[in-house]
Amino acid sequence: MNAPQPRQWDSLRQNRARRLERAASLGLAGQNGKEIPVDRIVDLLEAVIQPGDRVCLEGNNQKQADFLAESLADCDPARINHLSMVQSVLALPSHVDLFERGLANRLDFSFSGPQGARLAKLVQEQRIEIGAIHTYLELFGRYFLDLTPNIALIAAQAADAEGNLYLGPNTEDTPAIVEATAFKGGIVVAQVNQRLDKLPRVDVPADWVDFTVQAPRPNYIEPLFTRDPAQITEVQVLMAMMAIKGIYAEYGVKRLNHGIGFDTAAIELLLPTYAAELGLKGKICTHWALNPHPTLIPAIESGFVESVHCFGSEVGMDNYVAARSDVFFTGADGSMRSNRAFSQTAGLYACDMFIGSTLQMDLAGNSSTATLGRITGFGGAPNMGSDPHGRRHASPAWLKAGREAAGPNAIRGRKLVVQMVETFREHMAPVFVEELDAWQLQKMMGAELPPIMIYGDDVSHIVTEEGIANLLLCRTPEEREQAIRGVAGFTPVGMARDKAMVENLRDRGIVRRPEDLGIDPRLATRDLLAARSVKDLVRWSGGLYAPPSRFRNW
Amino acid sequence: METLDFQFASAPVSRSAHAALCGVVGSGNLEILVQAGDQPATCQVSIKTSARGFGATWQAVLGSFAASHPAGGTRIDINDMGATPAVVSLRLAQALAEYRGGEQ
Amino acid sequence: MSLALVARKSWFEATARARLGGLLDAGSLQEILPPGAAQPSPHLAALDLPGAFDDGVVIGRATLAGRPVLFAAQEGQFMGGAVGEIHGAKIVGLLRRAVQEKPAAVLFLIDSGGVRLHEANAGLIAISEIMRAVLDARAAGVPVLALVGGSCGAFGGMGIVAKLCSAILISEEGRLALSGPEVIETVAGVEEFDSKDRALVWRVTGGKHRYLMGDCAALVEDDIAAFRAGASEFVATWQEPLPSVANLRATQQRLENRLAAYATCRDGLQVWAALGVAQPEAVPLLDRDSLVALKEGLPT
Repeated sequence: MNAPQPRQWDSLRQNRARRLERAASLGLAGQNGKEIPVDRIVDLLEAVIQPGDRVCLEGNNQKQADFLAESLADCDPARINHLSMVQSVLALPSHVDLFERGLANRLDFSFSGPQGARLAKLVQEQRIEIGAIHTYLELFGRYFLDLTPNIALIAAQAADAEGNLYLGPNTEDTPAIVEATAFKGGIVVAQVNQRLDKLPRVDVPADWVDFTVQAPRPNYIEPLFTRDPAQITEVQVLMAMMAIKGIYAEYGVKRLNHGIGFDTAAIELLLPTYAAELGLKGKICTHWALNPHPTLIPAIESGFVESVHCFGSEVGMDNYVAARSDVFFTGADGSMRSNRAFSQTAGLYACDMFIGSTLQMDLAGNSSTATLGRITGFGGAPNMGSDPHGRRHASPAWLKAGREAAGPNAIRGRKLVVQMVETFREHMAPVFVEELDAWQLQKMMGAELPPIMIYGDDVSHIVTEEGIANLLLCRTPEEREQAIRGVAGFTPVGMARDKAMVENLRDRGIVRRPEDLGIDPRLATRDLLAARSVKDLVRWSGGLYAPPSRFRNW
Repeated sequence: METLDFQFASAPVSRSAHAALCGVVGSGNLEILVQAGDQPATCQVSIKTSARGFGATWQAVLGSFAASHPAGGTRIDINDMGATPAVVSLRLAQALAEYRGGEQ
Repeated sequence: MSLALVARKSWFEATARARLGGLLDAGSLQEILPPGAAQPSPHLAALDLPGAFDDGVVIGRATLAGRPVLFAAQEGQFMGGAVGEIHGAKIVGLLRRAVQEKPAAVLFLIDSGGVRLHEANAGLIAISEIMRAVLDARAAGVPVLALVGGSCGAFGGMGIVAKLCSAILISEEGRLALSGPEVIETVAGVEEFDSKDRALVWRVTGGKHRYLMGDCAALVEDDIAAFRAGASEFVATWQEPLPSVANLRATQQRLENRLAAYATCRDGLQVWAALGVAQPEAVPLLDRDSLVALKEGLPT
């Protein structure tokens, strides 16, 4: 009788060694630390990557390992194919090129932004198989369970001769990706902007990194969180006044996250003026999970803000952040340390409120930014904009919301999840609709679920120019529907309201108009904004904020 | 461009000798001119708008304004470049208040 | 930094009427041909476009620090402040009235990309009539002060008109040039001029550059009160010189010298270095007072 073949328990490690040997045989073994000459990068990738590998390509809506993405797309599809890509964001043309050129055929991701239309086309042509669209936290979580990368291609600011990495202010996703890859037999390749003899600080130790290559140009960073105050409208000022007086003040919201957009930028710019006049300094908005929004500068300078932890950085904010280390998280070298995984965790579990905007909302309060012909995903918004049933610690805002929803004997609180929208978008597209485009998109793409960003049962409040709907206080689905119609303005959905029922909801404080809050819409002018231009933000920062050229008019 | 004319019953507003102008004909914005009209319990509105096909929405927005504000005895002329109902409502309120306030 | 910023009223973002309200003595403003009295552009109506009651320019009389002035204020948010037939006729009529009435000054609040292309020849003729009327007013001894600080700046024909005025008061946000950045890029390519590089656009056409070059008499903060202070000082102190051939020749020589000195420069930074500015790259971030001090310290 033959003895069974003993199981080999270190196949990953042995496989990894064979890959490194292949690279060494091409003269690409760290003669000097882990440096690879820039013109050999394709040789290296072809040596260490195998067909069928799971490859993590770093890139979020801010920092991008753009050189490594282009280099991977330049590899020979006859040698590297059937790759399974795992990545936070599909943002660059080269990300989609991988599929069009036959290098990769499967994708697990969170957000696709500008490449959403090309991605949709590939799905319809069945040239790409989408594993799933995740939130960032889900995807990071799966890196440590069933989507662990064989190869991670990452971006760093600088490397030293040993291969230690400095990530700069845009730490972002790197720690999560490297940890999952380096400790499960994977290979980590980093593109760096520069080589230094001595790094300002070590963000990734050298023995987690296999190769470094100096990119021909610095990695691309999109100034995604810069909102020019000049573009904030009076209607946005009005909605911001309502949100501050009707929600922030009433619940005493101290820990929060703001979505991207002009609606929330308006709130940030009303803190030093309108909110201060209401006596709210120190009572609201003290602790944030937020990128370093330039529009938060006046609130910080006015002493509203105690602490901000960031997912990533923002172009032009580095010097300001470094000079405000009481507020931001910074290293011993002085520069910011961001971390998307931790900030998302803070946004999910430690914040009492999320407030953001959307493109469409239905009568159950479900909202989506997905539009026909595009697959975009939602990044981190679904985590921020959800009421986590795993939360156990109490805060006054969380308890008040929980008791509004379930009465005085509530056994848990509620996160405030606020959607803030003008009832019509540009070109008179109504935000409030009977059916989200997401359902049609689901059918077209053959997806298992409609792409809904925030589920209606998580939403606590809706703010529009017509008023605030408090969905926590609704007791029946019908009340909920009429509360939504009651703030939906002159959209077809709003005009189809049951007027008597909406007036009844108003009597009960479920629907509140500006006048119910003591707000005169005619006083909602841009004069209330603490900064009305990007230059004002620079002045507030004492010259520390250096906006990108496209935002300047001086 | 589309020209729309409406008349709404509305509580009379005290007559002012001074016309009031609010807003600018810029993208997503509009200008509203409020002058004394000839029918005390009626608000007459004439609109020139760059966006075609929104007559029903204009009627709803203006009807709601005429019902909730005393705008009888006024003639309101509007030049519009695609303002949303939120902006229209805000400008109407501003223009009427200025008309009622007369000269500063 | 403090909330002082909040109290400031930005000229750049204000409407033409809001600028006038803060610029002139309170209660003194009398509009000529107010909305409802003038007809909107017939050309725009023919093109199926909504017009504006005042065709994008407010004209009238008022006092400034007690002195009688006439004013014309272009609305940059309406069709980019572009000059159409009625718009132009209102300005020309105002300037001709100035010749008769001899006010202390005409204040010309320019915020315009130039000719309104929709009105083609009528707009072009209007611009040329404005130019002639500005010169006629000045020849009659009435100074015409251009105030430039709106979002459309002073471009195209209105750039020329601005330079025909007695003096220009400009803010850092203001821009003054002939061809607009987008026009240059369209005609000559992005390598010639990248109109999306806004910092470059301002280094070449913006108020600080124009002030350093001596094209503008004064640089003021983007603040309606600062424009009022600057305009008041001008009206109180300006002596309109009589036109003379000697003056014209001197101006012509100055322009020829400028062309010889800077024709090969591609960026304001190079011009400033040639002017003797020690740290040209610091200029865009200097505040108004520091820049004025810098200019006063430059070799002449």
